Amino acid sequence: MTLPLIIYRSLRQHALSTVITAGSIALACGLLMCVWMVKTQSQSAFTQTTTGFDAVLGARGSKLQLVLNAIFHLEASAGNLAYADYEAVRRHPAVKTAVPLAVGDNLRGYRLVGTLPELFSNVEYAPGKKYALQPGGKIFGADAKEAVAGSFAAQRLGLKVGDKFRPFHGLAFDAKAEHADDYVLTGILDATNTPVDRVIWIPLRGLQTMSGHDPKAATDVSAVLIQLKTPAAGFMLDMMYNKQGNRLTFAYPVGAIIADLFSKISWFDQVLALVAYLVALVAAGSVLASIYNSMSARRRDLAILRALGARRRTIFGAVVAEAACIGALGALLGFAVYFALLTGVAGVIRAQTGVVLNVTAWLPVLWITPLAMVALCALGGIVPALKAYRTPVAETLAPVS
Amino acid sequence: MLAVTDLKKSFVSPEGGRVQIVNVPAFALAANEQLALRGESGSGKTTFLNLIAGILAADSGRVVVDGVEMTALSEARRDRLRAEKLGYIFQTFNLLQGYTVLENVVLGMSFGPRGADRAQAREVLGRVGLGHRLDHFPWQLSTGQQQRVAVARALANRPKLVLADEPTGNLDRKHAGEALGLIREVCREHGAALLLVSHDEEVLRQFEQRKDFADMNEAMKGVSS
Repeated sequence: MTLPLIIYRSLRQHALSTVITAGSIALACGLLMCVWMVKTQSQSAFTQTTTGFDAVLGARGSKLQLVLNAIFHLEASAGNLAYADYEAVRRHPAVKTAVPLAVGDNLRGYRLVGTLPELFSNVEYAPGKKYALQPGGKIFGADAKEAVAGSFAAQRLGLKVGDKFRPFHGLAFDAKAEHADDYVLTGILDATNTPVDRVIWIPLRGLQTMSGHDPKAATDVSAVLIQLKTPAAGFMLDMMYNKQGNRLTFAYPVGAIIADLFSKISWFDQVLALVAYLVALVAAGSVLASIYNSMSARRRDLAILRALGARRRTIFGAVVAEAACIGALGALLGFAVYFALLTGVAGVIRAQTGVVLNVTAWLPVLWITPLAMVALCALGGIVPALKAYRTPVAETLAPVS
Repeated sequence: MLAVTDLKKSFVSPEGGRVQIVNVPAFALAANEQLALRGESGSGKTTFLNLIAGILAADSGRVVVDGVEMTALSEARRDRLRAEKLGYIFQTFNLLQGYTVLENVVLGMSFGPRGADRAQAREVLGRVGLGHRLDHFPWQLSTGQQQRVAVARALANRPKLVLADEPTGNLDRKHAGEALGLIREVCREHGAALLLVSHDEEVLRQFEQRKDFADMNEAMKGVSS
């Protein structure tokens, strides 16, 4: 019990600096874990978010832009493709399902996407998972002025079944750009934890023929979501559209295109990780400084312990263990920081992209970081421990007379 | 119990020369014996006790405690021997201010062979009249009570030899008498020899004169500046 008692009393005696130092470690630890978790989970979530489709066909342009626009409902459309192109790919023997999308309007900042009702009845957005409506709802009719809202959009916009609304032109909300068409919300989708949740879905024809839209583009679509019969078909269509053709872009496979995006912005991860590592180093340095600065005040106590028979190595060990304890306390508090940060970041990512991060997921980083932090703090404790180790007993205890 | 031979210790003075602080040709203390040494301030009496306790290393000479030559041991083994066989009552008590009375005594025991024995610590504290102050901190006690904690800490490990450095130096006459009586009584009860150094004639008078006592005292005087 000697060592725990010495450590406990020392921490109590320097409670303020203990709390401040542990707080800085908690911030470092929480930040490190959060950066790592967001990086890992977002990469995994984004690359796995395909909403059930293998590929996207769109106007000639960037594959990434096409995927971001059609799957994640981010970015502007690169352009339209003719309805005949949709029909052609739909009839292609290698294609299992083809669902057209049309974009260009919003409801108070949330995208309106035109599509076919079959999207919600025939497609699994994840293996074994089909779209479901909240009680009392139904899918819009193909030619009706009806809409179905994603769960997140409905919640944020305060929509309920039966509500009427008028869409606004463009992808960004502009109160002056209101269309004259009235839509009725016929259903709200159950949460899918995909970008679909952030969208208000209307019939394809509704978006194509919205008042104010160019009548010449009334049959065009913005993109076509494609399910393939076999993976090999993807390479065949890639050859056909991307290499042999020059009008359209075939983005395949969806996951690989997003992974490519992450590899392109990996420098950002590295910068974040570097910042987090530096914060961790500064935190360990604060442990060193905190204990080292208190050494003058502790010299007498350490000399008394030595006079009572404590060996130098016991004193050395006590100081290192104290530093490790501050690290452990900080690491524990770090989990609170981590959950708070991750919850906030996950909320922002969900609001911006519809992709949901699992804040309770467990990754090795959640035990490696706290352990590394404790080790780093123990390492930081070595310098003050050496000072304690060298405390001259007789000189320190000499009575002042 | 204690045998000192040709013990010498000097320090470097601020002027750069060496000043001999301790020069004791021969000194011995039997088991259960209680002896007081006279020494004025700066006479080297604390240094002498520190050499016996192994807190300081001697320039030369031998210190044998309970048959073990302290001066031949490594620092770590001196620490162990001190924890096992010695109790030290400091002039300024040297209590750990951030620890309770009980913890001060328990911690003093924890480096010894018996380890931290809270029951024994409570018993000794009860013996010195502090059974009701176990959870108090030293700064919450009177000077006399702090002295008693120091006595309890020195004796809790049942040492063979108790060293007391001006143990009554910070107490008034009444409390000094009580404290001295307590130290001597408890040492007797625990079968510990007592070597006390003081400059207080009142304290010194309470101890028996020994044949070699005057010589020892002269030795201490001889090196005082």
